[in-house]
Amino acid sequence: MAAPSLSILVIDENRIRAAVIEAGLREAGHERITVIHDVAGIARRIAEIEPDVIVIDLENPNRDMLENMFQLSRAVKRPIAMFVDRSDQAAIEAAVEAGVSAYVVDGLRQERVKPILDMAVSRFNAFSRMSRELEEMRGELQGRKLVDKAKRILMQSRGLSEDEAYALLRKTAMNQNRKISEIADSLITAASLLGPQEGN
Amino acid sequence: MAGQFHVDAGFMPLFDSAVLIAAREIGFAEREGVDLTLHRETSWANIRDRIAIGHFDVAHMLGPMPIACNLGLTPLSSDTIVPFALGLGGNCITVSNAVWEGMQALGAEPDLDPMKAGAALRGFIAERSAAGRDPLRFAVTHPHSGHHYELGYWLAACGIDPRRDVDIVIVPPPFMADALAAGRIDGYCVGEPWNSASVARGTGHIATVKAAIWRNSPEKVLGVRKSWAEDNDAGLAALLRALHLAARWCQDPRNHADLAGLMARPEFLGLPPDMQMPVLSGQLNVGDGMLRRVEDLFVPFDKAANFPWKSHALWFYTQMVRWGQIEHSAAHAQIVRECYRPDLYRAALKPLGVALPGANAKVEGALKTATPVGSAGASLVLGPDGFFDGQMFDPDRIEDYMASQQAATSV
Repeated sequence: MAAPSLSILVIDENRIRAAVIEAGLREAGHERITVIHDVAGIARRIAEIEPDVIVIDLENPNRDMLENMFQLSRAVKRPIAMFVDRSDQAAIEAAVEAGVSAYVVDGLRQERVKPILDMAVSRFNAFSRMSRELEEMRGELQGRKLVDKAKRILMQSRGLSEDEAYALLRKTAMNQNRKISEIADSLITAASLLGPQEGN
Repeated sequence: MAGQFHVDAGFMPLFDSAVLIAAREIGFAEREGVDLTLHRETSWANIRDRIAIGHFDVAHMLGPMPIACNLGLTPLSSDTIVPFALGLGGNCITVSNAVWEGMQALGAEPDLDPMKAGAALRGFIAERSAAGRDPLRFAVTHPHSGHHYELGYWLAACGIDPRRDVDIVIVPPPFMADALAAGRIDGYCVGEPWNSASVARGTGHIATVKAAIWRNSPEKVLGVRKSWAEDNDAGLAALLRALHLAARWCQDPRNHADLAGLMARPEFLGLPPDMQMPVLSGQLNVGDGMLRRVEDLFVPFDKAANFPWKSHALWFYTQMVRWGQIEHSAAHAQIVRECYRPDLYRAALKPLGVALPGANAKVEGALKTATPVGSAGASLVLGPDGFFDGQMFDPDRIEDYMASQQAATSV
């Protein structure tokens, strides 16, 4: 426990993900954490913060600029290299697949850095999962709204009950091997083209 | 036969990925039995990482990038070879309106002449320095790039030391025009359409072009993971044939409107087709509505544009040494020679019966005019390939070349 706590810089344009990473690092007992969303003026910030570890998302188009700065800039007092032991192929793959990369100052021991990287990788993965689930939920909700609207159109124009309208949509979807929400969407479009309908 | 070979290819949304994109979208890959999957990336670092860990088999790369990888200059490196180049030229050097005004006062004209523009810039830099102002800041896209080396070459040949007289920073291409408009940089070297973008906004002038600094000079290449190439020789050969046919299609003016439309699609560049036209037509608005026609502004196919000359690789290497990115040694030079693979290019294209250069390297800057050369198959025209300062690069005498450049820059 003699080693001083590490200074960690998180660079992520996605504020929610950055917050998720920061929370994870704090839970793991790290206190010296700086989060940056915008790389403008980053050289000066790095000179102030003197980070031991820099965590950055791979979507960031400024990675080439940052890598060059780590190697050359006078702002960086100690050379910074890409995180891992190059022989640790599995760790590299896990990081790239998760969409995160980390840079550490030279001379930092592997066992001190590895837990930080592992944490970043698992939080990035969790975040992607969360975003995907949210996207699916949004899609589902949207689909349900379309089906409701299509049912109302069928009920009004063909005098069907709600159950009959739904059954007709489902049968058509099965026959055409398409999603029921797609059939509903087509029906709504067609109805809007054919004449004035409620709700448009 | 469709889908016989599966290839994952990474690319950056830049115009010179056109050959790779046309190979897939116009159907050349499919006809050669190659199921080519394209992956758009956001940085060269990502391309490097994903080719190293095997997500990509091949990628659109900066010409010096595979060399830097093989020399161990990059954080994550893998043996990468270059069996095909994706074109010649394509870049310009753009300066802010303030710098252009200063240069104009010292004799620069909107004619893209590198010598005249460089002399004016040198004078302008001297004036600023005498007034105690900060050095001008120029941006390039990557430290290991044709942009960096041609900017450095131009400045040095005009008596401006790129290490002392200016600051050179890295900015991603799509951000160049914004950085210039906001005054964060004073000039930049980048591929089209990011020069025309500043001119269109009225925030920059094109001072000169790569095609004038070094006519028909190397730019992007196809980088291939060496271990993949060794395990997939038939797949690689089929891919190179598809790229050859795609490059020929891209060069043909009758296809330029289609190509501009293709590159404009959101999954590729996502920019309006008319923004792609200057690089294809060679007709540049250099600023204030002054139109200039540039010969060989971007050459995707003609002039053996796809041949991976070892002399191109070696020239990049001499500039890496020149700007202190690596120490020269015989072993390093050998790694560089082995990185570009004209043998693989010839082997793949031989069945097509097309013109193939007989040599692996040439003296760069020796051809003052377009010159028919001895080649296998049909006739082949190379060049002109002159450097604007009249220098020549003999790949058999790299040490003399580097020594003369060191002497010139240290004065």
